[in-house]
Amino acid sequence: MDTALLIEKFSLVVIVFLISLGVAAYSTYFERKLAAWIQDRIGPDRAGPFGLLQPIADGVKMFMKEDFIPKNSDKWLFIIGPGISMFTALITSTIIPWGPPIEIFGRQIELQIADFNIGILFIFGVVSIGVYGIMIGGWASNNKYSLFGAIRASSQMISYELAMGISLITIILLTGSLSLTDIVKSQHGMNWNIFYQPVCFLIFFICSLAETNRAPFDLAECESELVGGYHTEYSSMKLGLFLFAEYVSMFISSALMAILFFGGYNFPGMDYFDGNTLAILGVLAFFTKTFLFIFVFMWIRWTIPRFRFDQLMHLGWKTLIPAAIINMLITAIVIAFHKGWF
Amino acid sequence: MESFTNRKKVVSDKPMTFIEKLYLPAIFSGMMITMKHILTRKKTIKYPEEIRVFAPVYRGQHVLKRDEEGRENCTACGLCAVACPAEAITMVADERKRGEENLYREEKYASTYEINMLRCIFCGLCEEACPKEAIFLTDRIVPTEFERANFIYGKDKLVESMEDRIDISLRQNTGKRGAI
Amino acid sequence: MILELISIILGGMTIGSALMVILSKHPIRSVLYLVITFFFISGHFILMNAQFIAIVNIIVYAGAIMVLFLFVLMLLNLNKVDEKKTNHPISFTAVIAGGALLLVILAALKDGITFTNTIVKSDVGLVENLGTLLFSKYVVPFEISSILFISAMVGAVLLAKREKQHID
Repeated sequence: MDTALLIEKFSLVVIVFLISLGVAAYSTYFERKLAAWIQDRIGPDRAGPFGLLQPIADGVKMFMKEDFIPKNSDKWLFIIGPGISMFTALITSTIIPWGPPIEIFGRQIELQIADFNIGILFIFGVVSIGVYGIMIGGWASNNKYSLFGAIRASSQMISYELAMGISLITIILLTGSLSLTDIVKSQHGMNWNIFYQPVCFLIFFICSLAETNRAPFDLAECESELVGGYHTEYSSMKLGLFLFAEYVSMFISSALMAILFFGGYNFPGMDYFDGNTLAILGVLAFFTKTFLFIFVFMWIRWTIPRFRFDQLMHLGWKTLIPAAIINMLITAIVIAFHKGWF
Repeated sequence: MESFTNRKKVVSDKPMTFIEKLYLPAIFSGMMITMKHILTRKKTIKYPEEIRVFAPVYRGQHVLKRDEEGRENCTACGLCAVACPAEAITMVADERKRGEENLYREEKYASTYEINMLRCIFCGLCEEACPKEAIFLTDRIVPTEFERANFIYGKDKLVESMEDRIDISLRQNTGKRGAI
Repeated sequence: MILELISIILGGMTIGSALMVILSKHPIRSVLYLVITFFFISGHFILMNAQFIAIVNIIVYAGAIMVLFLFVLMLLNLNKVDEKKTNHPISFTAVIAGGALLLVILAALKDGITFTNTIVKSDVGLVENLGTLLFSKYVVPFEISSILFISAMVGAVLLAKREKQHID
């Protein structure tokens, strides 16, 4: 085993972990700020300059709260639930290519923890497991509202996974690879997938809103009907993990959208740079796109009211899946024509 | 019926067109509205640093005025207590002794004068009732307390001190009755 | 050497969690152990260099089918009070039937099973090879199974669809 490679990968894992958590922490701050701005308020501004220390204050508050486990709950599953949520939210970051290879101490370092040849399928796998955290947590609480939240979340996620998967087949068809690295490399410069597949992007975007349980698809934690949904019975840092997992998965799905449709770390005019300059600029471009998507996520949350459950199912099964299938068929036919198969 | 304003909107239940069924234009216009709100200047006043200017007729904590020579205006006539709809004001009248002429303007004065700030509704009727321009409501806010008893303000809190006179020149009832 | 050790440990854990599926009293715990079993099986696939099958196993079984199982079990709300007492004759016949099935399977597979301790490395499990294999050599069974799925789907839709009510 190559020791240098081991160190390199280990430090990359730590850095990615910290970045994911840091971005998630500051998206809670930014979400509150944005919500305030949209509602003509100014938001948190007391902790530190511009309230920048607010996430730390929130974290400390979460830790200090009483950690309560309901008497009739399934204790182990109750504890495991938020852990699974957080784990599945974080694990996707392993396959994200954060930037072009960078050169440190004469070593070419790929800014990606693991390059699977089945990257996209890995995402689906993780997304499909993501339901378990909510389901287990919601069921183990032994509370009707929690159970309702869990059931809503699972049926919603199963429904939207389908449309998401079918919509992504077009991207796989365009690239001819399941690896995220290849998908990013095929979008060199300004040759982004969004220009070829706007419909696919729209479907994927709606589905990732649903998969991250964000408004307008936050029926699982719907405050006005289900008290708090699956995390009604949770308190202290277990609740914190659930809430935090939502922000982490929002960050990761924004990153995925940037990779799949907006060229990842590619930016127009990237051929004029090389080496570490390119790497740093690439990472910057990637994060700019990601943050833009996080902004759009929040912007949507504070604009659009929540769906009703039948509307949600109607949108998922009767609109998005047919649209995704038609889009896939048209793309396949066009590609077949292009390759001269007819 | 004839409408008096132009705010009336005719509601129709005609079937939606294809574009409307997509909901995307509506969603987009909604997002533009929120974007406009993001970019507007916020009207928030950050309280401890910035203090909002009160209206001149604001009715806050009461003050019992003294005249220019530092004598209390109040003669304990009781009109304020009678006028008070919340029955927050109580007082005990007393006769001015010899040698107290520099303390009280007239022969009769209030030896105790109490306003229960929990009962007071800050209507300002005491101010209107007062014939001697002795009591005024000011722009000061009654501070919060933990004990109920602390909300009964006696003369120690109500009568202004000569070093720190309270400006009531903007009040509406000032100088109306031409008192001395 | 390390790989063999890993595969042995993984195998033991797979069998252990599979046993827990049967032994655990609570149906929901059983389902969760089954999910864990699927993960271990995917681990085996990865050791055999078949990432595609591994991940599809997780997506389809752990991610979709087991979620539906959980869904139904959570709605059923099985408590210990509702549990029926096990009937001895029925369990006896169940054991006989299961044993017979095991015998049949063993008889069918006895030529196929070779007890080797080495991990077979092949590239069959990779996406491209699997795709070509499915669409060339095994194209007929593949298509037939897809027809089977469609017919199952149509059947489910027909069952679920109520007759239209006529309102006068």
